[in-house]
Amino acid sequence: MLTRFDSMTAGARAVAPILLGVAPFAMIYGAVAVAAGVTKAGTMGMSLAVFAGAAQLAAVGLLAKGAPAAVAIFTALVINLRMVMYSASLAPHFSGLSPLEKAPLAYLLTDQAYALSIARFCADGPPVNKPWFYFGAGIALWAVWQCCVAAGAFLGAAIPASWELDFAIPLTFMALVVPAIRDRACGAAALAAGLAALAGRVLPYNLGLVLAAVCGIGAGYLFEQRSGRHVR
Amino acid sequence: MSVDMGDFWIVTAVAAAGTFALRYSFILVMDMISMPRAVTRMLRFIPAAVLTAIVVPAVVFHTAAGGTSFDWRRTLAAGIAAAVAWKTRNMPLTIAVGMAALWLVKFLAA
Repeated sequence: MLTRFDSMTAGARAVAPILLGVAPFAMIYGAVAVAAGVTKAGTMGMSLAVFAGAAQLAAVGLLAKGAPAAVAIFTALVINLRMVMYSASLAPHFSGLSPLEKAPLAYLLTDQAYALSIARFCADGPPVNKPWFYFGAGIALWAVWQCCVAAGAFLGAAIPASWELDFAIPLTFMALVVPAIRDRACGAAALAAGLAALAGRVLPYNLGLVLAAVCGIGAGYLFEQRSGRHVR
Repeated sequence: MSVDMGDFWIVTAVAAAGTFALRYSFILVMDMISMPRAVTRMLRFIPAAVLTAIVVPAVVFHTAAGGTSFDWRRTLAAGIAAAVAWKTRNMPLTIAVGMAALWLVKFLAA
């Protein structure tokens, strides 16, 4: 098993290939918030406090359109509902830590830190110290995210939208999810979730994502129950 | 219309506290309570389900200034990238091939 320090640096190094998608997204948030009339301190303050890009962009967009604060808060929290599923998925890997040790790990929870960590925890290869691997990935993403938000706030979004670098984000998750589909039950979960996500795209507040995830988890579970009975 | 900074700081504070609570939820309590067996068996499907639900709409549709529409160029590029991910299990290569495929298809279709 890798030492704490080696696990942390392994986590930080795992972040490198996904920066192509993360960095432009952070710059866009910084540039959009400043363009909407948010002060630079506010732009950075929200990024440090909330640290969830899609929710930050949605909240700023709504406030800029004159929506009430309550609507912006509600939308941001519904967009972040998926964090509960990540929290449940990671919790067994962090068992035994004190609540105080768990708090910074929770603060650093993002789509990317989750996906990189769970892929590593479930893969073959030298076992890592799990909380420290996750912490290394999470803190590296955090540092890059905050720096790029500041860059976007001060310089504007320097990368033209026609490059479509936002496409790198789903590619990242694709590279992580394909190896995670290890058996037919997982395949059923992915298939059901993908189809439900297409159908649920019309729902507001990103609710289609949560609905699709629940469909996928249910499908995988039922598939496993049924095939389990067949084996016996 | 410019964002009201009073509203902005309220939204920031409440969204930050709420988001932290969502993130902390199971990480905090799973040691303290015993989960039903069905729930622990569902946990292993979370990565495949949630990540696929993020990926599929993002590669089939494209949201630009004009709204969201079906984008066959992204769908095609994503199909190529998925094949690379399946065969090589190599993330940098998957991202590079997917982006290159999108740019190439856009260039050829333009």
